[in-house]
Amino acid sequence: MEYWDQDRECMDREGIAQLQLERLQSTLNRVYKNVQHYRKTFLDIDFMPEDFRSLEDLKALPFITRRNLMENYPYGMFAVPLREVVRLHAPVLNQDDPVVVGFTRHDLKNWAELMARCLTAVGLDKDDVVQVSPTVGVMTGAFGVQLGAERIGASVIPLPGGNTPAQVKIMRDFRTTALIATPTFALGILRSMSDLEMSCNMLSLRYAILGAEPWAEATRTELENRLCLTATDIYSLAEIFGPGVAWECPQKQGLHIAEDHFIPEIIDPETLETLPAGEEGELVITTISKQAFPLIRFRTGEITRIISESCACGRTHCRIARLYRRCDEAFVMQGDRIIPEQVSRVLSRLVGDVPNFQMVVERPGDQDQLTVLIEISEGMFFDEMRKQRRFVEELHREISMSLGWEASVRLVEPGTFDVKQKIVDRREFE
Amino acid sequence: MLRLVNVHSGYGLVRVLRNVSIHVDKGEVVTLIGANGAGKTTTLRAISGLQPVQDGQIFFNGRDITNLSAEKLVRYGIAQVPEGRQIFRPMTVAENLELGGYLVYKLHGKRQLRASIDEMFELFPILRERKSQFAGTLSGGEQQMLAIAMSLMGRPQLLLLDEPSMGLAPLIVRDIFKTIAHLNETEGLTVLLVEQNANAALKVAVRGYVMETGRIIYQERADALLENPEVRRAYLGRDKGDIWA
Repeated sequence: MEYWDQDRECMDREGIAQLQLERLQSTLNRVYKNVQHYRKTFLDIDFMPEDFRSLEDLKALPFITRRNLMENYPYGMFAVPLREVVRLHAPVLNQDDPVVVGFTRHDLKNWAELMARCLTAVGLDKDDVVQVSPTVGVMTGAFGVQLGAERIGASVIPLPGGNTPAQVKIMRDFRTTALIATPTFALGILRSMSDLEMSCNMLSLRYAILGAEPWAEATRTELENRLCLTATDIYSLAEIFGPGVAWECPQKQGLHIAEDHFIPEIIDPETLETLPAGEEGELVITTISKQAFPLIRFRTGEITRIISESCACGRTHCRIARLYRRCDEAFVMQGDRIIPEQVSRVLSRLVGDVPNFQMVVERPGDQDQLTVLIEISEGMFFDEMRKQRRFVEELHREISMSLGWEASVRLVEPGTFDVKQKIVDRREFE
Repeated sequence: MLRLVNVHSGYGLVRVLRNVSIHVDKGEVVTLIGANGAGKTTTLRAISGLQPVQDGQIFFNGRDITNLSAEKLVRYGIAQVPEGRQIFRPMTVAENLELGGYLVYKLHGKRQLRASIDEMFELFPILRERKSQFAGTLSGGEQQMLAIAMSLMGRPQLLLLDEPSMGLAPLIVRDIFKTIAHLNETEGLTVLLVEQNANAALKVAVRGYVMETGRIIYQERADALLENPEVRRAYLGRDKGDIWA
């Protein structure tokens, strides 16, 4: 069993608790001093950082939501002046307000360390060749993987998505041993391989680290068998780092959260009460080492549970169960988080008022597919067939553009679907 | 080894330490840096029992030592080298060391005391040369060496060093820090070091805490703190760019 930073990864629980308390207290001192949003919300509940006595006190602090982050655009949530920020990521661009996350030099160093831990845990070392496929831009994953892979001394080939046949060729000729991708992309690789009549024996692949969207155990089995590798899950959260928050060790029994950098909590998304360990609920994360963009009790919208039993791999950090569902009105597809407001904004621009609509996510083959059902109303009727068709085409184009990929649009009669349910996710992961 | 949890302390009505939590593992050199009046010395005094802890707890090797008397803490293995070289100036170097070894004499007898003093002379050869000189006639650096040697007489597990570089010439400061690093490497001595000279302190330490008005605002590995622009500006002197900008 290999560790990147054994002292930290296998720290005893008492040590973790002390480190968490110290780091959290210093983070609270800093955000109270430097971030107006935190100062204000802390004052509202009459809380001073020096009142913070134990990790239990975290339960009393207010939550941070994605909405808060948007409201405080551009610099509101930064805890250091911009001159100390060496990197800015904009993981959310397709909504009302973008979200921009900053990193100091030290934050990036921590990110590299975390990714190095993850890659080492999976089994990679300096002899590996890592092919990194997530598109650089909205998806920030590639940067982190690159930092981590270079930290452990592996060779990195950044090859943003698309043109899978060419990617397979590079994979073969440069003896890529590890693939970092979304599960959908990995399935695409599989398809290209059968098109090219290649078998996994012709490749050197040994590991696949997949994430950025939910994926089923069945997909894992299929990929592992047909690509002859070990596939592990990685959890990314672009508001924090991207990947590197939690990852699976080869035991594949849940994802280890780096507890010396993050404190996970599970809450009931309805009552907002903290749930006891082991129960299922919404994941809330507090960062305790980040300097530029610290988040206190950030609601991820992800449903999971905390596994506190020790793991056979020897790491003492707790794990979270694999994430399949969300509790906010959103879904993840093609590695991107989609909310219904994006569609309603397009509709209100084209139609005037927003008609009832429903977004249906399906997975007929190995690719996700999104259909937007729109309830037909007076304003969408045209006498001429040509005009009618042009209108639907325009809807299709505009919606696809705002999402960044192809979605299909169908006009349906009123009563076809439940108007209260904006999202129907027919994919099965569990 | 040493663990402070939510320590509050102060002088009279003035609260100096607010919710200070730090830890020092066995064999580590950890430094506490910060501006004047941030509460660094108060933290050390709270640990060594010279300053009452108003709230919170201090653990040493798993034992709760909050508000125990300084005498007891010395017996447990905590020694403090106070700020400003508190040695007995009208006495000779050897007499000073004998005083530092009071507990050794009481517990183990005269022979052990002699052996301990000899050990100190091995560690600090300059003190052997000055053995019968009055402590007050030593140079600043030598006085600091003597102060450290006095605390080491009791073979402490944890050494609390308060501003060892104060008022010393840069060359002497380098010697002092070399000695600290040497003690840590060869004897495995655990050190909590309070310093204004953050640059030097962070070079010898593995981890560091940054204090500001009685609160800890950063806790990082020492090399990370050396690179931290905020720490650089506040405690390591300005960047060149800042001056010329």
